Amino acid sequence: MCKLQDKLKSIPAKLLKEAENVGMEQEGPGRSATYFQTDHQQAYTSINRIYKGKLEIMDIRDALKKYPWVKKLMWKTVDKDKDEYTKAAADMPGGGYFIRVLKGQKLSVPIQSCLMITNESFRQKVHNIIIAEEGSEANIITGCVQEHNVRIAEHIGISEFFIKKNAKLNFTMIHNWKKDTKVRPRSAAVQDDNSTFISNYICLRPVKDLQMYPASLCKGKGSTARFTSLLYAYENSLIDVGSKAVLEGDESRAEIISRVIARDSSTIYSRGMLVGNNSKSKGHLECSGLLLGREARVIAVPELEGNSYGSDLSHEAAVGKIADKELMYLMSRGLSEEEATSVIIRGFLDTKIFGLPEHLQKYISSLMDQMKYATG
Amino acid sequence: MALLKIKDLSVASGRKVILKKIDLDIEQHETFAIFGPNGSGKSTLMNTLMGIPSYRVIKGSIIYRGKDITKMSILERVRLGIGVSFQQPPEVKGVTLKDMANICQGKKPGTELDEETMRLVRTFKLEDFLDRNINVDFSGGEKKRADLLQVLLLKPRLLMLDEPDSGVDIVSLKLICQEIYNYIKKSKASAIIITHQGEVLNYIKAKRACILYDGGNYCYHSPQKILKDIRENGYEGCVNCRIN
Repeated sequence: MCKLQDKLKSIPAKLLKEAENVGMEQEGPGRSATYFQTDHQQAYTSINRIYKGKLEIMDIRDALKKYPWVKKLMWKTVDKDKDEYTKAAADMPGGGYFIRVLKGQKLSVPIQSCLMITNESFRQKVHNIIIAEEGSEANIITGCVQEHNVRIAEHIGISEFFIKKNAKLNFTMIHNWKKDTKVRPRSAAVQDDNSTFISNYICLRPVKDLQMYPASLCKGKGSTARFTSLLYAYENSLIDVGSKAVLEGDESRAEIISRVIARDSSTIYSRGMLVGNNSKSKGHLECSGLLLGREARVIAVPELEGNSYGSDLSHEAAVGKIADKELMYLMSRGLSEEEATSVIIRGFLDTKIFGLPEHLQKYISSLMDQMKYATG
Repeated sequence: MALLKIKDLSVASGRKVILKKIDLDIEQHETFAIFGPNGSGKSTLMNTLMGIPSYRVIKGSIIYRGKDITKMSILERVRLGIGVSFQQPPEVKGVTLKDMANICQGKKPGTELDEETMRLVRTFKLEDFLDRNINVDFSGGEKKRADLLQVLLLKPRLLMLDEPDSGVDIVSLKLICQEIYNYIKKSKASAIIITHQGEVLNYIKAKRACILYDGGNYCYHSPQKILKDIRENGYEGCVNCRIN
């Protein structure tokens, strides 16, 4: 992988290495724009010259100065008083990014961002605003990570998405925390006519306590939301992750897919909620959980709320250990039990389910390999 | 020396005894056929020979190339050259046929397949299945073809094929069997083939066969004669062996 150091000389190499693990790479043909924040400081922002005039990317504090209307977007989709974390982020915000893909612009390569915690016991509170203007298309890879030497941290991330008419946004978020870190993302999207919002989430490294429930309001006709999560919990981790889609528009669609693995004494609540408020709406929810330890727990909580006659909502959920017959099958092809387990886990966490363009899917897959998450 | 020697083998699954006092020798370079009604223990025998732990040997032994393999793991048996094509291979989500082809050849999943492997893939009409999750939404015949491909890629000394002709169309069966037969001839491997109709034996020649009935084996003879006797007298009649 390319080294960020070449471009970002002002940022210590060790931090860049951590950033690379969550998807940051050197600017060039592979990235259209970059935002990099450490703690509450904007560290680096730039747009690849080819993409100038096609998108905007800046610290949210700069965006508020530049565009008075940004203030009106903040807390429009997420309730400021929802809980102690949203209140904390509202009282003392610490930056975050503003990304706006301009009208009609279709970006072939992704925008990248990284939010990093570099100080011990730091409580990072960011507020991100992402706008995909009418007819635009973009992929965003965003990584949240704490520096190697930081043991305890807390991350509160408010993200609000505005997906305008005929726009398509593919947002992939990769988290790489440590076992004493607490994480509270609070995200929501609002979608206009014929828009598509694809939200992918990966967390395969230890974390103490992670709770989030991103939502999308599919208010536009023909709007489509798709949430996919790949989670791997270790030791005593408590992960409570769900996604919610409210289907209000005619022919609005949503799909929520989660694949979760719990090992050791970890617990994962894998939630999902589809609300059918339109008679022509349709949604499907799928949760698969693998238990890799006798004390591990996966609690699948799928909820369907049909509020309109004609809305078509479905779900399937399965939780259990790796099937013996699958293990035996792979072993009969020449793998040890450990190797077979590893292949099955890797297959379970298949990045093809993200619906990313092929090159990005392969990239995310190779990143996951680098994370060296335990496989048995 | 026989390649495989099964001596007084009794096998249970859970509390149920399925195989009772099986004695069977498979010679070097021999292809041997096994007939038997549904539920007679044919697949149990294959799974036991492969070392699947849910099939518990309660008596007897399995000697392969002079070694007692009765307590060996699946992997050890694979390394000794035993390869099986299952009757009902499972679905494994996220693992593609291409991954399986690589695994069988001791390569990392994701490696590009070489020309010889691709030739086999084409012969087995599986080009469009390479990137699909193994056995997921495959028809019966497609599963069978994918499984037989894997067995050939393992390059085993002993092939165990559990109903290779079930669900496979006649044209594909001919092509696949020719490949298996060529492999057996070229590598001088041995094979045990379980079959109901004996269709596969039109392409892969076997000199000897036996009946497995109610967990025991009976009536060693040529497959053609045994099949004829089964057709005339049923399995029940055949176990009394009236072939001379």
